[in-house]
Amino acid sequence: MGIFFKKTRDLENEIDLFLDMIVNGSLQFQKGIEYYLHDRKEEFEGSCRRLSEIESQADELRRKVARKLYVHTLIPDSRGDVLGLLESSDKVLNQLEETLSQFSVEFPEIIPEVRELFQELADTAVLSVDSMVRGVRAYFRDLSAVRDYLGKVNYYEKETDRIAEEIKRIVFRQDLRLSHKFHQRYFALHIEAVADEAEDVCDRLAIACIKRDV
Amino acid sequence: MIWLFLLSGLFLGWSLGANDAANIFGTAVGSRMVRFRTAAIVSGIFVILGAVISGAGASHTLGKLGEINAIAGASTVALAAAVTVAWMTKAGLPVSTSQAIVGAIVGWNLFSGSPTDMGALTKIVSTWVLCPVLAGLFAIVLYKAFKLFLGKNRLHLLEIDAYTRAALILVGAFGAYSLGANNIANVMGVFVPSSPFSDFSLSGFSFSGIQILFLVGAIAIAVGIFTYSFKVMATVGNELFKLTPVMALIVVLSESLVLFLFASRGLESWLLSHGLPTIPLVPVSSSQAVIGAVVGISLARGGRGLDLKTLFRVGSGWVTTPAFSTLLAFILLFIVQNVFELAVHQ
Repeated sequence: MGIFFKKTRDLENEIDLFLDMIVNGSLQFQKGIEYYLHDRKEEFEGSCRRLSEIESQADELRRKVARKLYVHTLIPDSRGDVLGLLESSDKVLNQLEETLSQFSVEFPEIIPEVRELFQELADTAVLSVDSMVRGVRAYFRDLSAVRDYLGKVNYYEKETDRIAEEIKRIVFRQDLRLSHKFHQRYFALHIEAVADEAEDVCDRLAIACIKRDV
Repeated sequence: MIWLFLLSGLFLGWSLGANDAANIFGTAVGSRMVRFRTAAIVSGIFVILGAVISGAGASHTLGKLGEINAIAGASTVALAAAVTVAWMTKAGLPVSTSQAIVGAIVGWNLFSGSPTDMGALTKIVSTWVLCPVLAGLFAIVLYKAFKLFLGKNRLHLLEIDAYTRAALILVGAFGAYSLGANNIANVMGVFVPSSPFSDFSLSGFSFSGIQILFLVGAIAIAVGIFTYSFKVMATVGNELFKLTPVMALIVVLSESLVLFLFASRGLESWLLSHGLPTIPLVPVSSSQAVIGAVVGISLARGGRGLDLKTLFRVGSGWVTTPAFSTLLAFILLFIVQNVFELAVHQ
């Protein structure tokens, strides 16, 4: 029985570690955007590299957790929901990594008028990820708290929509090449998509909570 | 010859093991919370222990209903009950071994001209209604208690899973013990007055002839569990009820408590010593206890998914099973007495 509970504890720790990785990834993303907007190229590339490493480690850990849940036939009635939650949470990390990587590849020229807004957009997207992770953690331990985090994610997602729209309005009123306008809009959309992915996780979470009754 | 007569009782025991073990471990095995092998070993051992240690109480009440004094008669009565259970199971009708055996005993009483103890019959029939109601009440209380406990203690989902697995095995063992104690009367109760076994002692442990009789019956139940209950468990777990593992635990616990209440002599004497009304020691239906518990959970959750058709099926089982087995016992006793020329009563 002791060995059995040890397996459970190990798996709990691995799920927690996976969620920690998402939080760390989002913080790397936030820092990366800050470095990019302040032209600190080397530090920006460092953030890109670290985020990419976190993303691949998280991928591997998620697969390991899924394998264990199946091999030991754990939580048979919630397994599908838990795996779905971890998978969609992983997509958030993928989106963070992909966005930062696009900055590194395409090197968009962000005009000074929207730099602060870009930083605000990234900060708000990271806040949505943070609340999402807290919500997922609460799903495992304290169902009653999930609702609060769902509300927060919803709020931050709306905020990112608002900030992204503001960026687009400013950019498209500038005397710039159309391709330059499109390029900046494309990056605003990319960052906005992080919060959208976090909201998708929360939609799953809301359903999973209803199903996870006593 | 004795073994030939006992054969019908063993057949009844086998079918009880095949069907009723599913009421204890069905949801756990069907949902893969517990492996069938573990479930079969635990239930096999504890059914035997329950039958040998605590089986006497319920069979005493059954004996009062009709003391079948010829072994050929006892064998025919058990056969009538076994055929009723097998036929009704095949026809997909709700069936209880307890109700089948009571019906068959009444059939013997009618055939042999022995008076049926109406007091005992009323006591038995009232427990058929009381059993699912009580299981339902237990389920409601346990459901609320579990919800409160899990809400306050904030256990991790995986911890709840691990504890539930362990509890399903423990409660399953208790359920199997209670099933053995309560339902061995159905299998071997009719053979008690004509038991061929004498008292026996082995290295300080002494067993009465009745206990050896119950041991033989319990082994038949265990064989039923090992050989045929997997299919029934898979059906109960996957098709009949869609319960969460915690709900499954509540259902099994409620059912086990009810079976235990209707079999425990210790509890009876404790209630007597405190001047409280006692619970009749009567073999009850584990299937109906399970259905009662599921209905209880459904009510505790606000009556969602409450299936009135199932309730009606349970109610109809109270009438159809004993009526059919009474008729069948009467016909079979007639055949055994007049065709095989065996004494079915004295």
